[in-house]
Amino acid sequence: MSTATETKMINFMGQRFLAMLLSAVMIIASLGGLWMKGLNFGIDFTGGTLIEVSYQKPVDLTVLRNDLANAGFDEAVAQHFGAAEDVLIRIAPREGMNSAQLSNQVMDALRAASADPIELRRVEFVGPQVGDELTEDGALAVLYALFGVLIYVALRFEWRFSLGSVAALVHDVVITLGVFAWTQMQFDLTVVAAILAVIGYSLNDTIVVFDRVRENFRTMREADPVEVTNIAVNQMLSRTIMTSLTTLVVLLALFFLGGEVIHGFAAALIVGVVVGTYSSTYVASAIALILGVSKEDLMKAPKEDRNTESEEAELQRLFLEQEAKREAKLASKGIKEDE
Amino acid sequence: MFQTQQKIISNQYPAWKYLLLVVVTVIGILYAMPNIFGDNPAVQVSPAKSVEFNEQTRTQVAGILENANLAVKSSEFENGKFLIRFKNTEDQLKAKSLLKEALGRSAVVALNLAPATPAWLSGMGGQPMYLGLDLRGGVHFLMDVDMEAAVEKAYQRSVDEIKGRLREERVRYLPFEAEKTQIEIAFASTEYFQSGAELLQNEFADRFIVTTDETTAKPRVTLRLTDKAIAETQKYALQQNITTLRNRINELGVAEPVIQQQGDRRIVVQLPGVQDTARAKEILGATATLEFRLVDEKGDPLRAEKTGFAPNNASLEHFRDGRPILLQRQIIVSGENVINAQSSIDPQQGSPMVSVTLDGAGGRKMLATTKQNVGNRMAVLYIENRVETEEIDGKKVKKRITTKDVINAAVIRGQFADRFQITGLDSPQEAQDLALLLRAGALAAPMEIVEERTVGPSLGQDNINQGFMSVVVGFILVLILMVWRYKFFGMIANVALTLNLIVIVAVLSMLQATLTLPGIAGIVLTVGMAVDANVLIFERIREELKNGSIQNAIYSGYEKAFVTIADANITTLLAAIVLFSFGTGPIKGFAITLSIGIITSMFTAILGTRAIINWYYGNKRVEKLSI
Repeated sequence: MSTATETKMINFMGQRFLAMLLSAVMIIASLGGLWMKGLNFGIDFTGGTLIEVSYQKPVDLTVLRNDLANAGFDEAVAQHFGAAEDVLIRIAPREGMNSAQLSNQVMDALRAASADPIELRRVEFVGPQVGDELTEDGALAVLYALFGVLIYVALRFEWRFSLGSVAALVHDVVITLGVFAWTQMQFDLTVVAAILAVIGYSLNDTIVVFDRVRENFRTMREADPVEVTNIAVNQMLSRTIMTSLTTLVVLLALFFLGGEVIHGFAAALIVGVVVGTYSSTYVASAIALILGVSKEDLMKAPKEDRNTESEEAELQRLFLEQEAKREAKLASKGIKEDE
Repeated sequence: MFQTQQKIISNQYPAWKYLLLVVVTVIGILYAMPNIFGDNPAVQVSPAKSVEFNEQTRTQVAGILENANLAVKSSEFENGKFLIRFKNTEDQLKAKSLLKEALGRSAVVALNLAPATPAWLSGMGGQPMYLGLDLRGGVHFLMDVDMEAAVEKAYQRSVDEIKGRLREERVRYLPFEAEKTQIEIAFASTEYFQSGAELLQNEFADRFIVTTDETTAKPRVTLRLTDKAIAETQKYALQQNITTLRNRINELGVAEPVIQQQGDRRIVVQLPGVQDTARAKEILGATATLEFRLVDEKGDPLRAEKTGFAPNNASLEHFRDGRPILLQRQIIVSGENVINAQSSIDPQQGSPMVSVTLDGAGGRKMLATTKQNVGNRMAVLYIENRVETEEIDGKKVKKRITTKDVINAAVIRGQFADRFQITGLDSPQEAQDLALLLRAGALAAPMEIVEERTVGPSLGQDNINQGFMSVVVGFILVLILMVWRYKFFGMIANVALTLNLIVIVAVLSMLQATLTLPGIAGIVLTVGMAVDANVLIFERIREELKNGSIQNAIYSGYEKAFVTIADANITTLLAAIVLFSFGTGPIKGFAITLSIGIITSMFTAILGTRAIINWYYGNKRVEKLSI
């Protein structure tokens, strides 16, 4: 196996300090964006009413805004949604008016002002109380996911890896949020779902690299940790690129063809997949290295390895019980294959 | 890892694994199939409460359809319901209004889209996926029941009972009313206090926590509902609201309404395919109750209006046009006693009217009152409740708003009990609406819509089209990428990916899990990520090829990649589970498809591809792998 590593090695870990600097800059920029601009929360979180209407002809927004203002909706925000015929109207929660009346009144006002029939495509109303609950639930969900990961990776691997992977996930989440802050893209419930999916994806990527790092620790005990990690990253490079590519390709399809509603979701995942791919190499592995996957740890490695190996085998048995049985059967029958 | 080479290696699968694959493929295709047949416009006729369709209704329905010369595709009678399919929507709409006219209130006539699954498929339980509201169009409401009001009302109901008992036992008390969270009764003397406290303790301790306070000048007893009684009250309030909603929704004519409890105080209402959302909201949102009260003829309502003071035992109310009227405080009958109300045209005057039916208790009270008051006027006070949330000093405060209208004050023409008519309504529409709200019964507690998601039918169709398009395009792009990178092995992975997609659709159809737009996004994402397993395996095989034989490379490629795949997929599942447990509606849809996709992809990407590779290459002399 060592022969494979000698060809086409890219010294990823050599640039790890440069990469960490880049990560630090991106995180600071993201936090800055979150602090200065904040997220453009959708009505899922702020509460309020959102009405999507469709006209038969392109609409002049200034005229429409005037019509709305005349009907008493001065604070309504109107914008085109996907096409010039479609308009999205957002109204902040207001006193003494419930959703039922509000959307009816807006529709009445618009219908009165337009000669052509207008089609109501969508109404979303979220009460302020529900908005608060959803915000809390969303934040909790992300925390739970991170915590679950922390435990799972600590059990399957080691605490250093665990911290490394969680650091990578926090890194991904913060940068994705940062992109949403700077671009002021609408941040709604589907984006929270996307962020949780990013956590799953980025972790997936990290685990794959860690898995190889661990394997290399066993087979190449003479190499130093940086080298071992570097080799692992290189070995998984083509896989990482290929999987990111297939995932990105479908996400782009979703972004361009999935319609406006799914836009934010797809955008969050695209950012997350790109950042997640980068972070599994430079953040997760680098932090595991910094936390001291040291010579001493490596010397202890065989013992630990045997432990994890048996765990591994158990997991394997769980999933492929039949496979294992068949293997045993074949072995006892003495069917042999050699070259 | 060198030890693997000492293992006995065989790239052959036993027959049962192939059989399993074939079975899964066949079942997958069969159960995914109902989704390609589309659906027919249909009218669903189901009996209203306490009505059952019989042979007569069947001939009646068949007769109506025949007379109107409508293009009926098929007509089924199953589970006590009619499902009549039409060739086009025009005839469907025509049939709906005809049937509604003919069957009237005995049936719920609703437009529906019936899946056009062939009989042999549906006979096996094959059904198309259940589309969420964002795909089929419709309304989703989350209603919040005002539990504080429910509890308050429970106190109010008890006050009369307590006063009655105290009076019967000749215990004198100072005047008291129900408060929001307690009832406080003060007594004129210590003796009365003692006997009163004893009585309350003995008779009301099952519902109330009874505490006494003798330190003040006027000794008092305080009653507070026990936690259990509060819980019961709230449960009852929720149940009653659900029942009321169900009745009201029957009025709307919706084919597959969902009315479900969510949490302790919320009700989810989903009305697929409803187009007139404004009307739906009006009917669901308002809570109306009635009070039948005698008119206080002695007082002068105009003077009361001017001074702002009503005479004793009377309250100042207003007609809708603003005219003041004095009503006696005592309520003869309230909305809770109303069993039924129907609008019709008064045959004598030709004006709209509502016929009201009361329950036994209501009827008795009505009889007792009307007996003594023939010639006097009785008024109907229409009380509408709604709850609004306001922000005061950054805090969200709920405000209950009550509007009261005297909708009618008519002379009692003779004594009556549980059946009578309300006349003097402005229009047939008003009579209809009032009858509707009356029928639905009085609510135990007001409700508020706290979340609404309405999707128009055209947007739903757009969502389906766009979702379908992105699945297809994403899928094809992945297929191309895989063939470009892994040649023949890529093609095998593509077969597995196709099978995976079919199995996902089949599982979703079988579970009848709700497919939403984020759910489709989950499928798209799964397509992208499912190949990861194959990518891992193929990359490993390539690597192993550099230091071993071909058969060996295939074998250990699969073996070694497996742990990584399992690990990676479990972590993604972990995120999906968090998503599911946290998620509301659409997000849940995403979590479901993602989870199903991960699990099925493990099967197809590992077992599926291995089976093909073993069959093609396994234990054969192969010069070169096309990878």
